[in-house]
Amino acid sequence: MKTLMLGNEAVARALYEVGVKVVSSYPGTPSTEITESVTRYDEIYSEWAPNEKVAFEVAFGAATGGARSFCAMKHVGLNVAADPLYTASYIGVNGGMVCAVADDPGMHSSQNEQDSRHHAIASKTPMLEPCDSAECLSYTKLAYQLSEQFGTPFLLRLSTRISHSRSLVDTSAREERPLKEYKKDVMKNVMMPAMARGRHKVVEERTKAIREWSETSGINSVEYNDTRVGIICAGSSYLYAREALGERASYFKLGMVNPLPIKSLIDFARHVGQVYVVEELDDIIETHCRKHGIPVIGKLLLPVCGEFSQSVIREALLGEELPLIEFDQPIPPRPPVLCAGCPHRGLFMALKKLNLYVSGDIGCYTLGAQAPLSMIDTCVCMGASISGLHGFNIARGSEQAKKSVAVIGDSTFIHSGITGLIDIAYNKGFSTVIVLDNSITGMTGHQNNPANGLTLKGDPTVAVNLEALAHAVGINRVVVVDPFDMESTRKAVEAELAIEEPSLVIARRPCALLKTVKHNPPMVVDTEKCTGCKSCLRAGCPAIAVHGQANKGRGTAVIDQNQCVGCEICAKLCSFNAIGFKE
Amino acid sequence: MSQPVKNIMIVGVGGQGTLLASKLMGKAFVEKEFDVKVSEVHGMSQRGGSVVTYVRYGEKVFSPVIEKGEADIIIAFEQLEAARWLPYLKPGGILISNTQKIDPMPVIMGNSAYPDKILPTIREKGVQVIEIDAMALATAAGSPRATNIVLLGVAAHFLGFDKEVWLEVIRTTVPPKTIAVNEKAFELGFSAKQ
Repeated sequence: MKTLMLGNEAVARALYEVGVKVVSSYPGTPSTEITESVTRYDEIYSEWAPNEKVAFEVAFGAATGGARSFCAMKHVGLNVAADPLYTASYIGVNGGMVCAVADDPGMHSSQNEQDSRHHAIASKTPMLEPCDSAECLSYTKLAYQLSEQFGTPFLLRLSTRISHSRSLVDTSAREERPLKEYKKDVMKNVMMPAMARGRHKVVEERTKAIREWSETSGINSVEYNDTRVGIICAGSSYLYAREALGERASYFKLGMVNPLPIKSLIDFARHVGQVYVVEELDDIIETHCRKHGIPVIGKLLLPVCGEFSQSVIREALLGEELPLIEFDQPIPPRPPVLCAGCPHRGLFMALKKLNLYVSGDIGCYTLGAQAPLSMIDTCVCMGASISGLHGFNIARGSEQAKKSVAVIGDSTFIHSGITGLIDIAYNKGFSTVIVLDNSITGMTGHQNNPANGLTLKGDPTVAVNLEALAHAVGINRVVVVDPFDMESTRKAVEAELAIEEPSLVIARRPCALLKTVKHNPPMVVDTEKCTGCKSCLRAGCPAIAVHGQANKGRGTAVIDQNQCVGCEICAKLCSFNAIGFKE
Repeated sequence: MSQPVKNIMIVGVGGQGTLLASKLMGKAFVEKEFDVKVSEVHGMSQRGGSVVTYVRYGEKVFSPVIEKGEADIIIAFEQLEAARWLPYLKPGGILISNTQKIDPMPVIMGNSAYPDKILPTIREKGVQVIEIDAMALATAAGSPRATNIVLLGVAAHFLGFDKEVWLEVIRTTVPPKTIAVNEKAFELGFSAKQ
């Protein structure tokens, strides 16, 4: 039976069908739902790892042990896992292993727009790229067969549109795979220089063999229509090109994007007129074609930046634009905001008066960069808030350290914040680090993590004790505050900033969206007392606005009774005692 | 069944329940043996940002996205979002809009103005606009959270098959506890547009 599945769900389904035993991942949009969907299948062991490097190594260890294994991550996650990836490529696998990496063209939910095909090329790891959910399923299954046939881990390249689009999938039953035998093999599995030299040659030979396979296996498909125009493409770019150009062009659709074929591309180019390469992000296929003497047009017409669509291709290649109906008044933007009742808002409001340099990190709290909170100075990558703050303070001196903090979430702290904290303690730094512990990995949609005491499947487990951990690495000053108590939070941070030694402040309150959190009733505005001064709006809460013409045109505060969860932050900002709970 | 691909966009504010509406549509079209693609937005925009879901169905669907000038129907959960995504509507297309207004942060802060008379302005451009206070009907059905199902009830008039198909899909998709409320919300939406 055909079912409608997200690309991510289809990858998970393939893992089930192809007999995968071990899955380890770190959440990251748009890859997260693969691993969440795996929890439906009791036959597969699945876990959240503290970061992508650990996840990759767990999966690689399982493959070495003879099981079929898997890990998933977003594009920037593969940077974290790049270290094991590059050497795993040399060692190769015993049981099949696939690592799914989801790019985010258009940066719907990411800090950069990197093209993960570069990692495949640089690590000499073969990579498949599906274009819809059906291919997510069939390519994932194929990747396991090829992984074992050629003895290499495989990369599966996804993107936001593939991961988060639903299309039709044909499912089948699971095939159990017995564990493969593990045999000690130092020359293959221990990568010291003498052994690695030998393995590098194996990798080069393997790449040739896989390229040859890709030329003849049918993984790359050709559709001849009008032969005056030929399009070389892969993944979602194929869908956009096919939609925009229909039968006005012929298509070479690559299923394997590393290594790229040579002979079959040359053959295609001979059978068509002008050849265009349509690829999102970087000009990898285009450069490959040029290197092998195929005259193609690509980035000359098509953008490097941003996500493609049928209209990007229609406009670039055909110069056609569709007629539009425009709304002719200015439309205010609607950026994402911290939710009503978000504990991060309390922390930022507490810090607001201190006029600090705030070294930021990756998570919901990055939204604190936007007006009216405007509290974040930097955001680079997972964990960089802490190490970056240390460098900033070393460069600018101990007086600066009294005016600067790092903010980092619980999950991000475990991922790679702890190493920065060790650096501060070890090197006698004096920075103040704030962990925003909301008991969940928030931005990716509520995943459990090693600090909240629950596994991927929601089973109780040990929780990292952040206070004890900080003490253990040599941070002597550790304080815990409730971010909704803004006064005490501010005082605690001020006290730690004043002292010339490193400290960890833990701002602890669970995410307002957690089902286990009990909320207060919504708050109401006493219109007699409200003066329309707008002090309450400084919190940037989506549940409160000032409307109407009362108070000589200044208006009156109005609280959305559906959104408000009674966190009382706005009430604490009101000098007229106009916000409270219903009597 | 060789009809051209139909494009439906569902637009709104993160947290309004647009994803359930697109999931129900996807299921209904699969039941009717169409090829279907539904493209969703997860992650950052779900935190109160502007969100859009594309639903495409027909004999064979390639692209998962809908571009400017391509949508046959836009279902807007909020008026400002109706205005924002209007250029995606095909000339001659239909706009179904909830009358609810949600101020975005720049409006709350007084840095931008929420445009006046959005739906009449769109209607003046010759667009067929169906406006409905879906939240009031959802509340009448038992929960303001069923706003999405009220809007689906309105849209059902333009999606080419019997309302029983929709009710069946709703019954088999939503949590059992909410079936009665959602059925009622669908009926109220369906009869609001006669």
